[in-house]
Amino acid sequence: MMTDTAFGTGPIQAPIVELRGIGKNFGNITALSGVDLSVRAGEVACILGDNGAGKSTLIKIICGLHSHDSGSYLVDGHPVHFQSPRDALERGITAVYQDLAMIPLMSVWRNFFLGSEIVTGHGLLRRLDADKMRTIADEELKKMGIVLADIEQPVGRLSAGQRQVVAVARAIYFGARVLILDEPTAALGVKQSGIVLKYIAAARDAGLGVIFISHNPHHAYLVGDHFVVLKLGQVELDSPRKELPLEQLTYHMAGGGELTSLEHELQRTSRA
Amino acid sequence: MSTLRQAQAQASVPDVGLTQTSRRSLFWRFVRHPELGSLVGAVAVFAVFYALAPAFRLPTSWSNMLYESAMLGIPAVAVAVLMIGGEFDLSAGVAVYSSALAAAMFSYQLSMNVWAGVAAGLALALLIAFVNGWLLIVTKLPSFLVTLSTFLMLQGINIALTKVLTGSVATNDISNLGGFTSAKAIFATEFTVGGIHLHVAVLWWFAFIAVGTWVLLRTRVGNWIYAVGGNADAARAVGVPVAKVKIGLYLAVGFTVWFTAMIQLFTYNVVQSGEGPGNELLYIMAAVVGGCLLTGGYGTAIGAGIGALIYGMTKLGIVYAGWDNNWLLFFVGLMLLIATVTNALVRRQIGKRSALS
Repeated sequence: MMTDTAFGTGPIQAPIVELRGIGKNFGNITALSGVDLSVRAGEVACILGDNGAGKSTLIKIICGLHSHDSGSYLVDGHPVHFQSPRDALERGITAVYQDLAMIPLMSVWRNFFLGSEIVTGHGLLRRLDADKMRTIADEELKKMGIVLADIEQPVGRLSAGQRQVVAVARAIYFGARVLILDEPTAALGVKQSGIVLKYIAAARDAGLGVIFISHNPHHAYLVGDHFVVLKLGQVELDSPRKELPLEQLTYHMAGGGELTSLEHELQRTSRA
Repeated sequence: MSTLRQAQAQASVPDVGLTQTSRRSLFWRFVRHPELGSLVGAVAVFAVFYALAPAFRLPTSWSNMLYESAMLGIPAVAVAVLMIGGEFDLSAGVAVYSSALAAAMFSYQLSMNVWAGVAAGLALALLIAFVNGWLLIVTKLPSFLVTLSTFLMLQGINIALTKVLTGSVATNDISNLGGFTSAKAIFATEFTVGGIHLHVAVLWWFAFIAVGTWVLLRTRVGNWIYAVGGNADAARAVGVPVAKVKIGLYLAVGFTVWFTAMIQLFTYNVVQSGEGPGNELLYIMAAVVGGCLLTGGYGTAIGAGIGALIYGMTKLGIVYAGWDNNWLLFFVGLMLLIATVTNALVRRQIGKRSALS
């Protein structure tokens, strides 16, 4: 990154996360093959695709839940082979899942700090610094516009939009460099989707790399810098924003050629 | 980081359902204290027997009731914590006797100091616990099946091996062996406080509840236990070592199993090889009556303590009231039913909220 800036090549930096020809098999089934992807700081890379296209497998590889079978995965230019999500977290690669990786019955602050709890004291008296965690969780959520009357309430009690923001606030607080958002707008209404898209933009402007997985080309196009469309585990389209009008993205996303033939069929049916 | 903070501050602050969460319902306050229901139950049981059975009011009765509660309550605390972590241990009841038998026979048959037997009992209890946890992780089978298998195997081994080694269904009296006095002082001494004759097991029981509560509410591991039981996949995704937590929970059960075994051994000096079956369900009963969800992720150690106390009071209350002993299981079952229905309501309510939003 430093070298690039020194050469004065502008915003072009080395990618934080780079995948080259990534493949993954589950038994006889090829879930992914030959997938390339790179994410730089301050950039939103969108991964789009239909159900079963391999989006979930891809992000599970990126965040360390699966290891890849072929190709190479580089972080800051160094090849890695993550054994667990903790390895990925240590390098600042954080996933925010569809189910948000939250425990519905646990309180907001306990969820916020789960896996990275703040402790105080030594030896047998080593304990959770509950007051500090409550205060921090409350502050971080307030920055995101969520004011909770009670930080002790279970996360299961929050709305989907609120849980989403808790998850994003948590990732950002824990120093994420690359944020992986899996279908963050899928379950949300128009207003709450807008909130999430704003935070994606805010994270990007603050210098985080964002990998945004979506079904929805309209949402993706609002914030994306680079678009990768997956189909049956392979890259169907890989294009920067400036070379890709929304219509073309929507066309690819909606099934490309298949949609055209479907359109023909439906037209005939309606005429008959 | 600082640039991000600025960006956040600049982003227009949206209002995400402020009004929804500012309302605090009684229900959600109740949810935060899983043991509240069992406390109400304990007070009710106390009131009923206090009114019906004059003998229930005597201090001597309380030494018996607290001892009964403690013997159930010590393993029940660990079983509750395990259940919060999402797993069962059906072998715990029989494992108490496996550990006690191992300790007694190791000391007597090899003519050793009883402390060597105490160590052997601990080693066996932890080994059983580790095998339970390890099998669970490796086979990915439900813990119900894994520990049902070890339960049956242990039951067979207990009786068969005791027969081989002692030629009888019970172990030999170990009270003449070296180290007996010091071991009894720790595990089975008795003393009088305020007119109540107490077995030291009662103090150990309180200590285990305190440690369990501390671990659950004030340590990282406690946070992980709730998370692993509430949603193991989510916990794994944020870096919680799920397998280690689960094996650790079984080892904790193993430790309390050993402790209960030692209290048993040094109180009676002999061990009956056929005992134990049925107790594992009473431990689970105490945990559930105390507010633990059968599905994990919810409950407290103190609740399990109250569950055990309810059992102790009911068991002896029935005797003091002059009723037929057989009513005990009926009442215990009834309380379990009430507790289970309450728990189901809690879970359904939370499920509804998550589905709606």
